Amino acid sequence: MTTMQKLLQLPVNAVNIVKSVQGVAQGQEEALSPVLTPDSGPQNWYSAVQPEELRHLRSGGTGGGGGSGGGEGSEDRPGLEEGLTSVQSQPLRHDDLKEMLDSNKDSLKLEAMKRIVAMIARGKNASDLFPAVVKNVACKNIEVKKLVYVYLVRYAEEQQDLALLSISTFQRGLKDPNQLIRASALRVLSSIRVTIIVPIMMLAIKEAASDMSPYVRKTAAHAIPKLHSLDPEQKDQLIEVIEKLLADKTTLVAGSVVMAFEEVCPDRIDLIHKNYRKLCNLLIDVEEWGQVVIINMLTRYARTQFLNPNINESLLEESSEKAFYASDDEEDEDKKAEAAALAKRKPYVMDPDHRLLLRNTKPLLQSRNAAGMFEPYLKSFYIRSTDPTQIKILKLEVLTNLANETNISTILREFQTYIKSMDKDFVAASIQAIGRCATNIGEVRDTCLNGLVQLLSNRDELVVAESVVVIKKLLQMQPEQHSDIIKHMAKLIDNIQVPMARASILWLIGEYCEHVPKIAPDVLRKMAKTFTNEEDIVKLQIINLAAKLCAQVRCLSGIKLLRLLRIKFLCFLLFSVFQTKLLTQYVLNLAKYDQNYDIRDRARFIRQLIVPTDKSGALNKYAKKLFLALKPAPVLESPFKDRDHFQLGSLSHLLNAKAAGYQELPDWPESAPDPSVRNVEIPEWSKCTSRKDRKEKKVEKPFYSDSEGESGPTESADSVEPSPASAPVTPVNFLSNSLVSDLEGLSLTDTILAPTTIAPSGSIRMYELLHRITGEGLAVEYCFSRQPFSPDPNMVAVQIQFTNNTTSETKNLHIEDPRLQSGMRIREFAEIDMLAAGESITVVMGIDFCDSTQAANFQLCTHTRKFFVSIQPPVGELMTPAFLTENDFKKEQGKLMGMNEISEKLTLGAKCVNEHVIVERVTATANLSRVPCGSDKECRFAGKTVSSGCLVLVTVATKEGGGAQLTVNCEKMVIGTMLVKDILQALSQ
Amino acid sequence: MIHSLFLINNAGDLFLEKHWKSVISRSVCDYFFEAREKAVEPDNVPPVIRTPHHYLINIYREKIFFVSVIQTEVPPLFVIEFLHRVAETFQDYFGECSETTIKDNVVIVYELLEEMLDNGFPLATESNILKELIRPPTILRTMVNTITGSSNVGETLPTGQLSTIPWRRAGVKYTNNEAYFDVVEEIDAILDKSGTTVFAEIQGVIDACVKLSGMPDLTLSFMNPRLLDDVSFHPCVRYKRWESERVISFIPPDGNFQLMSYHISAQNLVAIPVYVKQNISFFETGSSGRLDITVGPKQTMGKTVECLVVTVHMPKVVLSANLNATQGTYNYDPVTKILVWDIGKLNSQKLPNLKGSLSLQSGAPKPEENPSLNIDLKIQQLAISGLKVNRLDMYGEKYKPFKGVKYVTKAGKFQVRT
Repeated sequence: MTTMQKLLQLPVNAVNIVKSVQGVAQGQEEALSPVLTPDSGPQNWYSAVQPEELRHLRSGGTGGGGGSGGGEGSEDRPGLEEGLTSVQSQPLRHDDLKEMLDSNKDSLKLEAMKRIVAMIARGKNASDLFPAVVKNVACKNIEVKKLVYVYLVRYAEEQQDLALLSISTFQRGLKDPNQLIRASALRVLSSIRVTIIVPIMMLAIKEAASDMSPYVRKTAAHAIPKLHSLDPEQKDQLIEVIEKLLADKTTLVAGSVVMAFEEVCPDRIDLIHKNYRKLCNLLIDVEEWGQVVIINMLTRYARTQFLNPNINESLLEESSEKAFYASDDEEDEDKKAEAAALAKRKPYVMDPDHRLLLRNTKPLLQSRNAAGMFEPYLKSFYIRSTDPTQIKILKLEVLTNLANETNISTILREFQTYIKSMDKDFVAASIQAIGRCATNIGEVRDTCLNGLVQLLSNRDELVVAESVVVIKKLLQMQPEQHSDIIKHMAKLIDNIQVPMARASILWLIGEYCEHVPKIAPDVLRKMAKTFTNEEDIVKLQIINLAAKLCAQVRCLSGIKLLRLLRIKFLCFLLFSVFQTKLLTQYVLNLAKYDQNYDIRDRARFIRQLIVPTDKSGALNKYAKKLFLALKPAPVLESPFKDRDHFQLGSLSHLLNAKAAGYQELPDWPESAPDPSVRNVEIPEWSKCTSRKDRKEKKVEKPFYSDSEGESGPTESADSVEPSPASAPVTPVNFLSNSLVSDLEGLSLTDTILAPTTIAPSGSIRMYELLHRITGEGLAVEYCFSRQPFSPDPNMVAVQIQFTNNTTSETKNLHIEDPRLQSGMRIREFAEIDMLAAGESITVVMGIDFCDSTQAANFQLCTHTRKFFVSIQPPVGELMTPAFLTENDFKKEQGKLMGMNEISEKLTLGAKCVNEHVIVERVTATANLSRVPCGSDKECRFAGKTVSSGCLVLVTVATKEGGGAQLTVNCEKMVIGTMLVKDILQALSQ
Repeated sequence: MIHSLFLINNAGDLFLEKHWKSVISRSVCDYFFEAREKAVEPDNVPPVIRTPHHYLINIYREKIFFVSVIQTEVPPLFVIEFLHRVAETFQDYFGECSETTIKDNVVIVYELLEEMLDNGFPLATESNILKELIRPPTILRTMVNTITGSSNVGETLPTGQLSTIPWRRAGVKYTNNEAYFDVVEEIDAILDKSGTTVFAEIQGVIDACVKLSGMPDLTLSFMNPRLLDDVSFHPCVRYKRWESERVISFIPPDGNFQLMSYHISAQNLVAIPVYVKQNISFFETGSSGRLDITVGPKQTMGKTVECLVVTVHMPKVVLSANLNATQGTYNYDPVTKILVWDIGKLNSQKLPNLKGSLSLQSGAPKPEENPSLNIDLKIQQLAISGLKVNRLDMYGEKYKPFKGVKYVTKAGKFQVRT
């Protein structure tokens, strides 16, 4: 490392020194000891560039400063080149090129470089030019430079020591004010696969990752996998860089960094959480190559983070069960059951983030609908005679898979034309495809079979053979109905010469000899005649046929014979039994002397089973069972079967074998991991989308809470405890407060209802306004949303949530007859026309409490009932945050001394261990904002009362040993006193 | 991703290699040669070949095999798409993508390949950006370069890549501001023996040549956008506006590019411009056959059919053809067994006819299948689907551009079964 850092400070003219070093380098290389070996190399090499040594070398006359800038040692050149030639294998060929590279003319250099690049392109070895080329790395001509880069990247690996001399040029490039030069320097530097510069690369990547220019950052992302493959030890450091780049918001970087992520640490899915939503949103703007990589990665991510959207049934069971057990309250059981029924209707709620992914990838896809996606395009897969064979086979596969009852006739007609093709492989595949259609679609089995039988008279033997094989498989499914086909095939045995087909026919006849009792023995007779000339595969089937016939006739003679009274038939049978036995004997005798040992073995084995002798064991009774056992029909399968465990479109899927680096698509998780990991502090990029999400969430909330028993608002309504129920609202949304107010600013002016959809964030408490039993199914809760109430800034915003737990809808929800203390005002929410059964709705109303904690009483009316309710504010909700500087705070505090200051000592609760907790507790109790403070022992807060705008200042000074001093300065002493009480309670808990 | 690229010509000569990671010996191509031999026809070479340590993914274009070497899992279509992009870039740069042009411009080819991939991952594939990085050769520049030794490499570095619209460079300036759009439709069809359409669809593209100064924002609208339901756009097109208003709104790249491609598969919309009456028969005896083909106009919308060519892939046993064409010329190549009848303009008064006898290899059985006919044609000033551009509006710049739209219909894979 230290060596390397010294290397960084190599003199700029290091390039000019190349020549001197190269002489040494070349010489040593010849002796098979590279100057730079990983262990001892750096020291050796470093000493080699000591200035003294260099001077020594130069005076020794082995080299001189050539290159573009130098020109000092031109007279030394011949000497040097002699030195080189003595150690190079192809010495003279490139002399002219070297000369050109050494010249001062850019045009000559360029010409030389072009010729060298052409050599590389043709795969010719140009490595001996390395020393001559590398010194041009600093050339001013941009094209020469580029070509030198091309050369360098190609040969640096082979000439590590010399390559190092170019490093300083790139290091200078990394500092260039032009972003594209920085990027290009990093690109080449990272492409030089020389282990010794790993630390330099690491440094450069780290720096480039925080470069101003996104293009340079993109290049840094590209460099990460390069360094990783060069030195896997750097993984941890590289992951840090990846993490940093993943947070990048530009489309330019996104694709490249995900690529790096996939190559270096695809298992670190946790790095994606915070960037998930951003990546989804950027996707459409990323360049096409990046899109592919990102979608791939996000697919894997979705598989680990979201529930399977396709399995509705199982979820359904679960949710209803849970709902059932969750009902503790006897009285409520009926209602609970309703809730369960409700949950049944919509059991699966997709994670909004999952939906986000799908929504953002949808425009990238051509076809929208997965079900029957290809069916409308059936005809696009029709085959042209000019298609390459592999395309034909693939199209055939698609057509076969698309075949169903409605289109099969069209497809079969199309297949018929294919059978006439000149391409025989394709014809064979077509016949197999017909067979598969016949097995898959029962209705057309007979049609297909007939069609195939017609093919049996085809002139082309291959067609016939393939048909026989397919027919055999088809017949196996329902042999009893097709004895005529079997007969037809028996006749064909005279003409068909393809062994496989002959064997298939024989097997078929043997297997179903029951159905063709007259023909089968005759076929055996014919085959016995030609036995010696048949192929092995046919011979085996002849033996099988004989064995099966024997087994069959034995049964016949034993059992059926007595029942068959027709004399003629009986005669025939007796004759055939006799004949069959003789023929079998004959065939077995022939087989006994066959050249093939398989056939000899088979004959011996069968003889023991079929021909009863004294020695033969008990087995021959079972001959029929052995030979004519019911065999399961084969399944005609697609050759593309069994590969669906690979991801569609992957190399592995295509090859049906796991390729290196293939990552399995994980199964959906049983239960979804915490979705809040994807929450981001201030998601500026997603204002619009997140707003939509939020709306969805709000609507879905009752389902979540009902079915999964989360501690949501509905459940708190169940509890018998009097209000205020203290269950905090689950923080459903990921928006920070600041964004909420941003959004509110956008929409509040139009309507009062607009802000209602903002879910309370953090630890806002819900209070009960109307219990659902008193409300006859209507449950009402409220909270102080702490949002400014825009129609009237002197009012406190109260967010009210109605939940209709009845089975019928509730109509005309509104407020009537408010009974208020003098000066108090109320701004009702707009009447809610209708609230459907099971739904909930949230509205906002404004109340001016006149800075008192007196309750606001009013009637809540539905179309049938009126309920008396009251809202009493905690003192902390009567204020809004005020933003003061430290100085302002001190100044204002100074004005509110004496009577207006209330101070109290307290002991901090066990959990109030640090400042953070204190701030949290205070701001939860009162709607105040934090005021910056120099001392770490003090926390200051400021606010204004909503109605009259009086300042409220709070100071908490902590002391050693858990003590603290609370001071409240406020003009309104009542408020001050009450606030002190509340905060005291909050802090000492 | 992509490790190396080898270019191999039809004769099996490896004439260019490029490596983006460590060098992979060209001996890896032996597996390719083996597969090539097995396939007989170059088209039949499997696109993905597995070797013990690598995977070779190849495409065959313009008589050149682009063979890429892959070591790890990657979607094969990704690589194939990229290889086609490489071929298209060569075509764009050198006018054609052939072994000769590649060899003649080997340095530019190398520079391009260097820019297009970094560590095997695509870097700059947008033609506009590449052209800023590496200037395409022109005759004049080649001459000047040879004399002065100046370079093809852009001195200024591309600005497009850095902006939010990477496809357009900044500071474009033209004296004549013009925008041309070519609506090109190809008919893919299969007709059966009796002339019934078995299958027909239209593959359409809109090619654009936009030479406008500054940052123009264009909106192209159609008279009948409902025709288009299966489309894909250049990245510059605002997809949302297409979804909602069915107009194409975009900031165009500078120069030539493909604005969109579309696909019309509803069969009733696809008009078949010509009909073919044919009779090809082979006799059982005498080793001969007869051929009689007549072509006539069908649904041409009153336009003339030009560049009409009929190609027949004859069975292997056909030795020669002795034919008589009433119009145009015919040629039978006994080696490739391809009969080409170049008709030219279709005259509806006097229908072109090709008639005569075929002689077969004596003794060989008569061919099973009759060869199918491939039709090539061109109709100017007509988009066969009826698609019409309504108007083109420009925002963002003050000048008045010249605007032009051209329609062409061609035969794509147009096959008549016999």
